[in-house]
Amino acid sequence: MRKIGLLAIFLSLALVFGTAGIAEANEVEIFSWWTAGGEEDALLELIDVFEENYPEYEVINSAVAGGAGAQAKAVMITRMVGGNPPDSFQVHGGAELMYTYVEPELMRPLNDLLEEWGYMDNFNEEILEMSTHDGNIYSIPLNVHRSNVLWYNVDMLEEHGLEAPESFDEMFEVFDALQNEGVTPLALGDMNRWPALHLFETYLAATLGPENYNALWEGEVGFDHPGVTEALELLDRTIDYVNTDHASLDWQGAAELLVEEQAVFTVMGDWAEGYFRSVDWEPNEDYGWTTVPGTEGNFMVITDTFGLPVGAPNPEGAEAWLETVASVEGQDAFNPVKGSIPARLDADRDQYNVYLQSSMDDFSEDALTPSIAHGSAAPEALMSSFEDVINEFITDRDIETTQEQLDQAASEYF
Amino acid sequence: MKYKTKEKLISVGLLSPTIIGLGIFVYGFIWRTIRISTIDWNNITNMLRGIENFVGLDNFRNIFTSTRFITGLWNNIFFLIFFIIGSLTIGITLSVFLNDKPKGHFIFQNIYLFPMAISFVVTGTVWRWIFAPGTEDFPRGINLLLTNIGLENLRWGWFTSTEGIGLFNFALIAVIVAAIWQFSGYTMAMWLAGLRGIPEQLIEAARIDGASKWQIFSKILFPMQKAITLSAVILLAHIALKAFDLVYVMTGSGPRNVTDIPAVFMFETTFRSNRYSDGAAIALVLLVLVGVLIIPYLVHSFREDS
Amino acid sequence: MNEYGSKKYIIYLIMVLAAAFFLIPLYVMLATSFKPFAEASMQTMWNLPSYISFDGILEAYARLFPQLRNSIILVVPATLISAILGSINGYILSEWQFKGSDTIFALILFGMFIPYQSILVPLVRFLQSIGLYGSLQGLIFVHIIYGLPITTLMFRNYYSDVPSALTEAAQVDGAGILKTYRHIFLPISIPAFVVVFIWQYTNIWNEFLFAVTLTSQPSQQPITVALNNLAGSQVVQWNVQMSGALLTALPTLIVYIIFGRYFIKGMLSGSVKG
Repeated sequence: MRKIGLLAIFLSLALVFGTAGIAEANEVEIFSWWTAGGEEDALLELIDVFEENYPEYEVINSAVAGGAGAQAKAVMITRMVGGNPPDSFQVHGGAELMYTYVEPELMRPLNDLLEEWGYMDNFNEEILEMSTHDGNIYSIPLNVHRSNVLWYNVDMLEEHGLEAPESFDEMFEVFDALQNEGVTPLALGDMNRWPALHLFETYLAATLGPENYNALWEGEVGFDHPGVTEALELLDRTIDYVNTDHASLDWQGAAELLVEEQAVFTVMGDWAEGYFRSVDWEPNEDYGWTTVPGTEGNFMVITDTFGLPVGAPNPEGAEAWLETVASVEGQDAFNPVKGSIPARLDADRDQYNVYLQSSMDDFSEDALTPSIAHGSAAPEALMSSFEDVINEFITDRDIETTQEQLDQAASEYF
Repeated sequence: MKYKTKEKLISVGLLSPTIIGLGIFVYGFIWRTIRISTIDWNNITNMLRGIENFVGLDNFRNIFTSTRFITGLWNNIFFLIFFIIGSLTIGITLSVFLNDKPKGHFIFQNIYLFPMAISFVVTGTVWRWIFAPGTEDFPRGINLLLTNIGLENLRWGWFTSTEGIGLFNFALIAVIVAAIWQFSGYTMAMWLAGLRGIPEQLIEAARIDGASKWQIFSKILFPMQKAITLSAVILLAHIALKAFDLVYVMTGSGPRNVTDIPAVFMFETTFRSNRYSDGAAIALVLLVLVGVLIIPYLVHSFREDS
Repeated sequence: MNEYGSKKYIIYLIMVLAAAFFLIPLYVMLATSFKPFAEASMQTMWNLPSYISFDGILEAYARLFPQLRNSIILVVPATLISAILGSINGYILSEWQFKGSDTIFALILFGMFIPYQSILVPLVRFLQSIGLYGSLQGLIFVHIIYGLPITTLMFRNYYSDVPSALTEAAQVDGAGILKTYRHIFLPISIPAFVVVFIWQYTNIWNEFLFAVTLTSQPSQQPITVALNNLAGSQVVQWNVQMSGALLTALPTLIVYIIFGRYFIKGMLSGSVKG
């Protein structure tokens, strides 16, 4: 037994030291949290475009699952702190980019590159604004997701002779009608906390309007505003119409309630559409959508962007990658597969499905409001305090205390 | 016993790789954590630029005024107690049964051990499915099984329940069951390894003297396995304090934090909120908690040795 | 003897009930693994698949297999080295106590409770300074170090049950520290080694936090990182997830079955003779 043990040690040590990795000059390391399903397929499409246009480079795809809030973020921070940045990495435009990466001076401005490529005027201005600090653009927006969407099961709504609501009054009428017939009106899955905050922020945008909503994050409008009270009151009313087991589901579990005909509506970002398609649901036949009441003309936005960290081992390669990300070709390769719309305004509409086309129309006309639940509106520390506050509200439903807590949490930052 | 100096030197020499390694990787980093917990690294800029402003006990004040932290701490203590009792009871019972080598014991042994082999990330999901309550009309998991066998009355909110007695949240029961499922098999293995070291003649002699099974267990086996039982307790305590994966995947921190534990809070504070110093403070509170748990154990083992 | 027989049935009943409790989640995992994506969900967890689909297993296999080698390279030396060091530590701390050895034991033990999440940043910086960041070697090193408290604890307490007459007899024979270890303690340690191997192997194999933060490139990452990546950040394919978990657990189960045999053989005969 001991001999075998020793042999195993020698063999494995030999293997280990024989395979130490050596970084090659033409490798470009791209970090993201797109590791599976349609997201990964979309990333691979984009990598294909890149390697076709820049055959001298080879991509190392070091993606880590978990999104901005969890493991992927922990990995990025330890890498940054340790001084080992990748060549380019995925980051949400807005507060997440600014507070976590730009403020500590970890990012390189990209204005000169955008001008050199001639892409400066092709992006939606407000989206580019979310990557901008003091006139410097720090990341290239690749895609746009919308968060204020009210999804519904078309058949169930028809069956009960109801229509998708356009105002909160209508919404609660529809909810009442459904509840009277023993159907759960709204599906929520807030096990991971953010979906409750997500619902709340769409209400905030509705009661405050886009201007005041955006002013919240500049500190110009306080959380003692009556619009915030109103949003909490609406949320309080809504809780009575939600599936009782919401705390045991994630957002996908809530969307599944629609597919299983156990609930009619759910409020979720348009990645939910990717889920509906993955279970072979057809737009407008099986699932329908409208904006959350009070938010029409208002596009609540989450944008994935790529930036260039200071100290990237291969900055030339990273620039080539960013050019691909910024190009129409790159955006049109990525977005239809991912189920999001391009951040550029000159993309090829025909490649996108009917939901995405409707979203593209709204995107070019609507006022944009950044999402807080997804780190675009406010620093992440505030985002997680808000999650905790709203989580408590869902159980305790104390409007006054909750508003005070929101106000207090926000006062530390604005 | 008296040893020669040479033997003492060899002893220390053999321990030195461990002492050096842990000196750096445990105590060096604990020292670092203590420092971080007293400075203002609650935003990433200070941390990256290495700006260290001493803030005294502010970070500890932050976490002790957080209801989430206090709830989590109590949850963790209850979790620890019930998890250790449950795993020991099941593990020891099964090992005593298996020690008699009943028919098929090898298969049973592997069935009991297998839960440990599976990544906690996935077992957490499976247990979430099992304990997810569903709704009145559409029960799920256990509630669905109960409905099917006509026991609707026993349906319950499981880990989404916000009921409790005093500081104990009933929602924890589901998490405790999942944790026991994962680790009682290993407790069994530890005990079984120890039982294999007890001479069969000893038990045989007791049996001939007319000792009952229970007497053999309580008078012979249990006292002889004291050290191993203590190892198991320490090991399980360490799992309970680090049950991050299980809670994170299975229930999250729950409505009104009913299933939160400090390890989850610490991870989110550090890596979601970028409040690195607050995270360090939580880590230190956890370590002190361990000190309180471990000291009785050490006192006990010193007494035994002397 | 009749009474004895009915007790036997009760024992069997308890064992079977326990086995059922241990197997229920396995049933859910297996059933889900062989379902097509549309069926694989919490809603239908108790149902058998309507037809056997290998989509999940095949996709999980394709994604996990490339990292399998890294995991083996990681787990074998890390387990062996930490177990051997732990065994030596445990032997010294229980049989060759000197002034301060109990304090050293207490300090070693305390090390197992360090919350890993809170020390990631200094750990990364330190590994970088000694040139081990980002590689499997670094990961092996870290797992050996953080495994030592547990392995030391288990061996020390295992050896403390060994009658001190054994060591004294050896000393009378003039055997030194190392000889006594090799000829008396090592041979009787096999059950302890088995438990320690099982523990270390399982934990290192399934460990995720260090794996993902201390290595950055797929070429150096163990299988847990790939397993975790099966989930993605949005839509989760539960059939692929569960298949992946089962595939990842297979090597561990094989290890249990191989090592489990040593429990049965009963190693004590050695020490009685010795």
